[in-house]
Order: sequence, then structure tokens, then C-alpha cells
Amino acid sequence: MTGESKEIELLTNDSGTLSMPYEWSIGKYGSLFFKYLREKRRFLGIRCPRCGKVMVPPRRICGPCFQDLGEKDIVELSDTGTIMAFSVVNYPFIDPATGLKRPIPYTYGYINIDGSDNIFSHVINGTDETKIKVGMKVRAVFREKMEGNIQDIKYFEIIR
Amino acid sequence: MERIAIVGVGQTKYEARKRGEIFYDMVYEVTDKAMKDAGFTLGDIDNVITVSNDFWDGRTISCMAVQEVAGAHDKNVSTVEGDGSFGAFYGAMRVLGGFGTTLVVAHSKGSEGDSKVITNAMFDPIYHRPLGLDAISSSALQANVYMERSGVTEEEFAHVSVKNHANAKNNPYAQLPMELTVDDVMRSKRIADPLRLLDCSPVSDGAAAIIIANEERAGKALKPPIWIKGVAHCSDAYFLGDRDLGDPRSLRDASQRAYAMAGVSDPLHEIDIVELYDAFSYMEPLWLEGMGFCDAGQGGKMVERGITTVDGELPVNPSGGVLSAHPVLVAGLARIIEVTLQLRSEASARQIDGAKTGLAHGINGPCGQSHCVWILGKE
Ligand SMILES: [Zn+2]
Repeated sequence: MTGESKEIELLTNDSGTLSMPYEWSIGKYGSLFFKYLREKRRFLGIRCPRCGKVMVPPRRICGPCFQDLGEKDIVELSDTGTIMAFSVVNYPFIDPATGLKRPIPYTYGYINIDGSDNIFSHVINGTDETKIKVGMKVRAVFREKMEGNIQDIKYFEIIR
Repeated sequence: MERIAIVGVGQTKYEARKRGEIFYDMVYEVTDKAMKDAGFTLGDIDNVITVSNDFWDGRTISCMAVQEVAGAHDKNVSTVEGDGSFGAFYGAMRVLGGFGTTLVVAHSKGSEGDSKVITNAMFDPIYHRPLGLDAISSSALQANVYMERSGVTEEEFAHVSVKNHANAKNNPYAQLPMELTVDDVMRSKRIADPLRLLDCSPVSDGAAAIIIANEERAGKALKPPIWIKGVAHCSDAYFLGDRDLGDPRSLRDASQRAYAMAGVSDPLHEIDIVELYDAFSYMEPLWLEGMGFCDAGQGGKMVERGITTVDGELPVNPSGGVLSAHPVLVAGLARIIEVTLQLRSEASARQIDGAKTGLAHGINGPCGQSHCVWILGKE
């Protein structure tokens, strides 16, 4: 009818801000972890009876050993740890926890919780990268009203 | 292993935003190109592997939407959700399993979604997603661990960016050819320490396809076959904190297995060209260490001394690498295609003279959780 058009106006469709809601199960081990955090303000880990390593958060198996772990293997840890790595983040993004724009900068910490053999990832309250050093000790700071999720830990503060 | 080969390749130009092509169009373009490159028609394709990801496509089981353009009408077709190098691995297994030929095609339109939201969603929803970790910030942690461990410097990372963006000037498929200095990289915007803007790969749109054939069918192809001498992959733990981010154990394992299969005992002297998955500049030296081209901690020096330039002893990413175009899922397949073109002496301005054996590499999962290593050869 119209022949070859010289230039087609290319259109797009916007999805809108539709979300995909889920209700994720935390499971037995995770539930114990968050409950303990709420009641005792201490981390729980789990010790593999085969390799002896303590992992936080507790989980059903030790992956490298493929060893089934039980409630008997759960161990109490402290609320302190050591910074193994960190990154001060400067780009804006929508906080998946709140749906709001997170204020920048903020700092991710890769933290070895005392008494454990793996690393726990969270946020450190400090954004001056010249003042944060690998090897510094940190302590978890909890929010007032604990709800049983990872945001119960507000951040880790540097203690020395 | 029975002899199998890559006999056809096709790729789109990689661009920040392809408005004119939907992923259906891109898959058709590269499937058609790969078939023409091999001199094959639809009847010569015995089965098809598509590579796609539902979050990037914004569609559930999005593989179902590309089957006809992948040439899979009335064919045995299955899907890999992961990097294209892993899709190609599955394709190679199918040829070894009895199919004469397999077409593997990957697509990605990074421009259509929100890469921060999508890469955040690869993390555990209970412990990590609410923190906001994504591809960039988790990689920044890995770069920090690597620097602490080995003393590699931000300037050495910057050298990678300078080299690869310059290489991209000779690659008509690359998205970001750039003439940069180390100073330009060091002065670019701080994104997530120690990563700056020019240490990070872009978000890209594009597609790529290859055809793998057994020896008999490879003999019927138009171009000389590029033989798959060795291939292996290996995976590490899912949680970042269960891994040693500064020690790519799974890459070491995959490389050693691929070398053993290919009969490579001294990779630095036996391999002529490397195309690796440098989603961030620090990955090039870290992966070179994992591949055994140098000792742990020496990757930065290798880059700084110019060993990995196109004129160096071991040219790495003559295509410009993932830093110069990062279509997620497609990027590993693009590495295999570049090595294939180099070994065919079809890489025009970026041709590494006399390249006979090449290594192509892809990663899957945050911070290189799993690695797939390919050793390809002319003979
Ligand atoms: Zn164990």
C-alpha cells in the first residue's frame, strides 16, 4: 500500500513499575539464626563435624564435604568480627529492601565474624575509604524493633 | 575425545541500545549469519541450544519465544540459562552424544531492563539481596580482596582498560572503542571503590551464534574447521563469603582440565591468543593467574609489562574484550567467536599473525562463581 517507508518511527512499550511479589521461606536454620539475633543479639554459626569449619549463617549442609548438618552442630558466636574487604559505593540505586532511593555513598563490608571460618557480607557505617582498613574490628549494631530479617542489623560499626 | 569443531559463527554489532531490533530479530540475524558462514542450510542443523535469561528478557521461559528464529522449528531444542560459553559446552556434548551438528545461539538486551535490579536479583533474597549487592558492588569487593592479597594496584587495572578499549578500535563489532590513558581511567568517576567508571564494562545489546559439528559434518562446511581441543568448567560456592574471592580456584580447575584434554603443558608458550571475560578491568589479571599464565599475584605485572598487548607475547582480548561490549550471556560466546576468527585468520585489522591455538573463557554467577575454559586449535 505505502511501499517502503523511508524511516520507521521506532516505538517502545514501558512495563510500568510492576513487581513480582514472593513470600520466601527462610527455613529452619535461617529462622533460628534470625530468632537468636533478635533475642540474644549474637550470631549463630554451624560447625561441620567433618572439616571442623564454622559457617555463618547456619545452613543444612557443608558444601565442600556434602555433610548433613543438624541443630546439634549450631554454635553461638559473638556480635563482632574483622573487615576482610570493603567497598565504598557511589552510584545511586533503588534499595531493594525499601523501594526507596538509598542515600550514597555507603560501604559494603566483607566481614569475618569472630569464631567463624567464612565471611559475612553486610554494610559498614563509614564512608571515608581512607579511614577504613582491612583488618579493623567491627561490631554489629541492631535496630530497635527487630523483625527477623537481615535489616535487623543496621550496620557494623568500627570499634578499632 | 572424538574430533569436533566450530564450523560457523555469527554475531551482531554490540550496541548500547538497539531500538530497531527486538531479541527475535537479533537471534534471526546471527543464526542466519552462522549458517551462511558454514555454508549450511536449515536442514544441516541437527539440533539447537538457545541461551537466554528470564530476568534480562522480562519474560518467563523466554527461550520459548526465540525457537523459530533459532532455526529450531520441528527440531530438538533445549536451553541453557547462563553464559554462552556454557551453552556452547552443552552444544559440544550434544555433538559428542550423537548429533552431527548443533547450533548454539545467545541473545541479550541489557538496555531494556535495569541492570542493577537484575544483577541484585542473582543474590540470595534472605541474606544478600536486601543489602543491595549487585554485579558492580560485589565485584568491587572482589577487586579489594585481590588488591589486599597480591599487592596488585589500581594503575595496573587501568592498564587493562586502556589496552582493551584501544584493541576495540580494530573490532567493528565492539561497542566502546576508545583511545585512553591510564590517567583518564584513574580520573574517571569513582563507582564503587576501587572500581572507576572506566574499569567497568558497559551494558550492551547483541546476539551471537556458533555451529559445532562432528568430524564428518565439519568436512562439509565452507570454512576450515576450528577444532575443540579441550574444554572444561568448574563451579565454586554460591555465597560470596563461602569463597576466597582472591583465589579463582574453579578457574584453575577448569583450566587444568581443559589443558590436560588439549595436551597443553606450558600454556604461556603453547597458547597464542586469549579471549577472557573481563567484565571489570581487575578480572583480566586475576583470571590470567587462575589460568596459570603466571604465578598468583603476578597478573598485574603481566599486564603492566605489555605481555598481553596485541604485540606482546600473549595477546589478551584483541577484540577489546567484555570491557568494550558486555551483552550478558552472549559475551562468552563472543569470546569463542573471536578466537575462531583469529585462528581462521579472518580478524582483519586485529589479526594476531600466526595464531594456531587460542583460549576462550566465560563466567557464570557473581564474581566468577563458575568458569568455562575452551582450547581451540587450527589443526
Ligand atoms: Zn565440612
